[in-house]
Amino acid sequence: MSSLSFNAKEFLKKASMAHGLSGFEFMSAASVAEEAMAGLVDEVRRDTLGNVIGVRKGEGVESRPKIMLAGHMDEIGLMVTKIEERGFLKFTQIGGVDPRILPGHEVIVYGKRPLTGLIGVKPPHLTPSDEANKAEKMEDLAIDLGMPEEEVRDLVKPGDVVTFKRQVTELMGDVLSGKSMDDRAGVAVILVAMDELRKYRCQADVFAIATVQEETGLKGAALSAYSVEPDIGIAIDVCHAETPGVPEWRTACLGKGPAIATGANIHPKVYAALDKAAKDLGIPVQPEPAPAATGTDAWAIQMSREGVATGLISIPLRYMHTSVETLSVGDVEKAGRILAAFIASVDAAFVKELTTWS
Amino acid sequence: MELRELATLPGVAGNEKEVRDAIMKELATMGVQFETDVLGNVVARKGNTGPKVLVDAHMDEVGLMIVYIEKNGFLRFAAVGVPASVLLSKRVYIGKDKVPGVIGAKAIHLQQPKERETVIPVDQIFIDTGAKSKEEAEKKVKVGDYAVFDTEYEELSPGVVKSKALDDRVGCMLLFEVLKEEWEGIRLHAVFATQEEIGTRGARISSYRVGPDMGIALEGTICADIPLADKDSYATRLGGGAVVSVMDRSSIPNRSMVDQLVKLARDNSIPFQFREATSGGNDAGAIQAARAGCPVASLSVPCRYIHTPFAVMSQNDFDAAKALLIAFLKSVEGGFRP
Amino acid sequence: MKDLVRKVTEAFGPSGAEDAVREVIRKEVQPYVDEIRVDALGNLIAHKKGNGGKKVILDGHMDEIGLMVTRIDDDGFLRFGTIGGVNPFTSLAQRVYFGNGTVGVIGSERVDEPKDLKMEKLFIDIGAKDRKEAEAKVRVGDSCAFLQPFVDMGDRIVAKAMDDRVACAAIIETLKGLTTNHDIYAVFATQEEVGLRGARAAAFGIEPDVGIALDVTPTGDTPKGRSANVSLGKGAAIKVMDRSIICHPALKNYMVKIAEEKGIKHQLEVLEMGGTDAGAIQMTRAGIPAGVISIPCRYVHSPCEMVDMNDYENCVKLTKALCESPLTF
Repeated sequence: MSSLSFNAKEFLKKASMAHGLSGFEFMSAASVAEEAMAGLVDEVRRDTLGNVIGVRKGEGVESRPKIMLAGHMDEIGLMVTKIEERGFLKFTQIGGVDPRILPGHEVIVYGKRPLTGLIGVKPPHLTPSDEANKAEKMEDLAIDLGMPEEEVRDLVKPGDVVTFKRQVTELMGDVLSGKSMDDRAGVAVILVAMDELRKYRCQADVFAIATVQEETGLKGAALSAYSVEPDIGIAIDVCHAETPGVPEWRTACLGKGPAIATGANIHPKVYAALDKAAKDLGIPVQPEPAPAATGTDAWAIQMSREGVATGLISIPLRYMHTSVETLSVGDVEKAGRILAAFIASVDAAFVKELTTWS
Repeated sequence: MELRELATLPGVAGNEKEVRDAIMKELATMGVQFETDVLGNVVARKGNTGPKVLVDAHMDEVGLMIVYIEKNGFLRFAAVGVPASVLLSKRVYIGKDKVPGVIGAKAIHLQQPKERETVIPVDQIFIDTGAKSKEEAEKKVKVGDYAVFDTEYEELSPGVVKSKALDDRVGCMLLFEVLKEEWEGIRLHAVFATQEEIGTRGARISSYRVGPDMGIALEGTICADIPLADKDSYATRLGGGAVVSVMDRSSIPNRSMVDQLVKLARDNSIPFQFREATSGGNDAGAIQAARAGCPVASLSVPCRYIHTPFAVMSQNDFDAAKALLIAFLKSVEGGFRP
Repeated sequence: MKDLVRKVTEAFGPSGAEDAVREVIRKEVQPYVDEIRVDALGNLIAHKKGNGGKKVILDGHMDEIGLMVTRIDDDGFLRFGTIGGVNPFTSLAQRVYFGNGTVGVIGSERVDEPKDLKMEKLFIDIGAKDRKEAEAKVRVGDSCAFLQPFVDMGDRIVAKAMDDRVACAAIIETLKGLTTNHDIYAVFATQEEVGLRGARAAAFGIEPDVGIALDVTPTGDTPKGRSANVSLGKGAAIKVMDRSIICHPALKNYMVKIAEEKGIKHQLEVLEMGGTDAGAIQMTRAGIPAGVISIPCRYVHSPCEMVDMNDYENCVKLTKALCESPLTF
């Protein structure tokens, strides 16, 4: 294990418990990303929609290669749609929330101040057996603030956002579990890479971006790619890891290294260079064959302007889009090291070759 | 360049290399200027003055991607644009070494009668290369390799052709026809695009780059004039002539361009038909959305059975599409504007 | 004010065939702006020059949902494809009209169960006895819109194409007597109903600093209807989110602030499905702060869309107030 001055585990814990729903990343997630990035790049800024963009200048002469790194900092959650009688809150989702995780979950409603809310259901004693197996629809659930209606109406408005109330859990070994690992783990990988990059000579300008609104349409990545105009764009996101009940062939393995994607969304030469970087470091990686959309920022970045050569590194993650997303910190660190080695390997000649797909 | 050669080359979306190489070779032989880009598109140019006209056809075809190798050597795959219903009992070849494989089906003797009523989903079928173990399989194939149907190009009857990938190698052939002509009053950009089948991806970025004043997408389009289909839902008919689209999910063609195509067809006695379905989409949607937008139309050759192991087209329809396309471009040279 | 709404809603303009409504809007907006142009996708862009302020897009879409003829059969019946979100229940037995004035009626193949009623089973009957007679009146590729008269119910008005002509009217009203330093681009967009296509292109060309779209939004105030926070008569709806956009929170809060400061009746809107041109405007180039002022509307995407004139006036007031404010947020 290399000696990293950046502590990925501590960042992951802090980032997981920060709050930043899609469109509302400025709540606390953006500053957590910004603070962590500040020491590792030359300058940090936020753009119009709130992407946090860290810029690290390379050593090459003018027209240096430009590499964009994207990890999305937004998380899925809920939004208040209506205040009902007796102060119960109706809500909808921001991003893809499985309604089945909601019954019995504590949440934080961001009204005039953060309020603890409960998503409750009828007790089993009052649930007929034929209903017991039916999942509740989101439109039928409500948040209970335990307050009188007038107080609720004073403190909460339609449009107020709601996050999951969840502490990080340290499981055995280096396994962490918490909300928003999708995709603050990707932001962590980028920070590890920027830290590692200090060991290398590096020609390219690197744009380390904690993107916004990935969960609601890959928006931050599209907009930041437009302004940065990179030659290469690497997205770091999560992929499914082994889960009881899910066939083995559909998942990667926790703790066996990151997955590196191939397919139409991935420029073959970028893939080859990422793979080589991993091999040179002696880090085993897993395959992620993606015949069409990868469903990540890489899909949006590839389509920017006249096209961008894209790559995708994924961190194996169990229980995606729940508040107990589970990963191995070792995978995050390995991914960061591979990414740094890749970045250092990019020169003007490599970029020139990218106009030949294969 | 013959359709036989072009359609036989493998080129699943994202892996168009062999098709692209053959096209670039042909363009070089023709002495036509061209460029490639980071999505693998080939853009050929002819003509120095006049409006920028983008004419597009896609190089990619539907096919399969190997996603997992089982311990006993069977290959799991993802279908890229191919419906599960046409996969059983077919032959494919995999990767650039063209490793042969078969998509087996449970023997009928081993099935319950009820099983035969449902299409078997993709995650329950496999490609068999004859390998007896994962290690043996991995000597020849790897996860991420692409497979195409092992369909022989054949002339079924004079002028009626069967082949895989007619969608959209026929469009590519139309581009070559256009590039054979000389163009003076238009700046023609002939785009051989990638990744249409997974979301008109190549066209999006090549259109942004070109920034056209108008665009035409050329397709091998749906043609369901077969007994399985309702007579009202044929969409197009084999032998009915060049196909002019009125609307699909990706674009509403510019009305004056459509009217111009119809007028030219009638004035020049070129057989044509309307695409009577509004489902589906093509590169025209991507071209129309580029930058500050441009008017588009779609012109196609009807092909039966697209997105399956084979398709069928008629040379007469191809000739009609060629004549109509060239007449249209000449009319733009002559001053037509949408 | 009602007269302008009537005029623009009655104009013909399904997505992709907006020529007629464009001319109606051009005539109405011309006196209040400095220049007008039409771009490559048919958007009407009316520019009121500013003086050192921000570049602002006010967007409303001109297109309405409709049907496009794909086939004429031997008996003179017309088969069609849908333009935008049209459903069979609000189409069956409706009247439609084409750009040349031809009127048709929508009939259906035999359907025994309501759940079997699908768009593919419907057809348009223009009263032609055979193909030849039909072809004398319409062509394949012609579009039609739903035919319903404008109705004045007092506070409330009903018309087809309130979505989104009522917003186009509101933008024109906003421009009347508007004094501001901001550079205002009133975009009357095409093809919103089929994918926000016009607005996307227009915004790319204009490169605004801020985008405000005006559109209708469904209410939750009809018997046993879908739950929604928005009601007719409760004021201009300020959108927080829908499927196409999470409105820029700082802009949304600014809009609420201006509404409160000026005493303009307003309500907050969270829409669980549907989208507007703001979604496309936000995604322009490197990103634009975008928001939406919604006109509450019952029966959206039916030929009988209903709005409340008080809400309409409040939307105009709010749009005007925003244009006349510093727009710093």
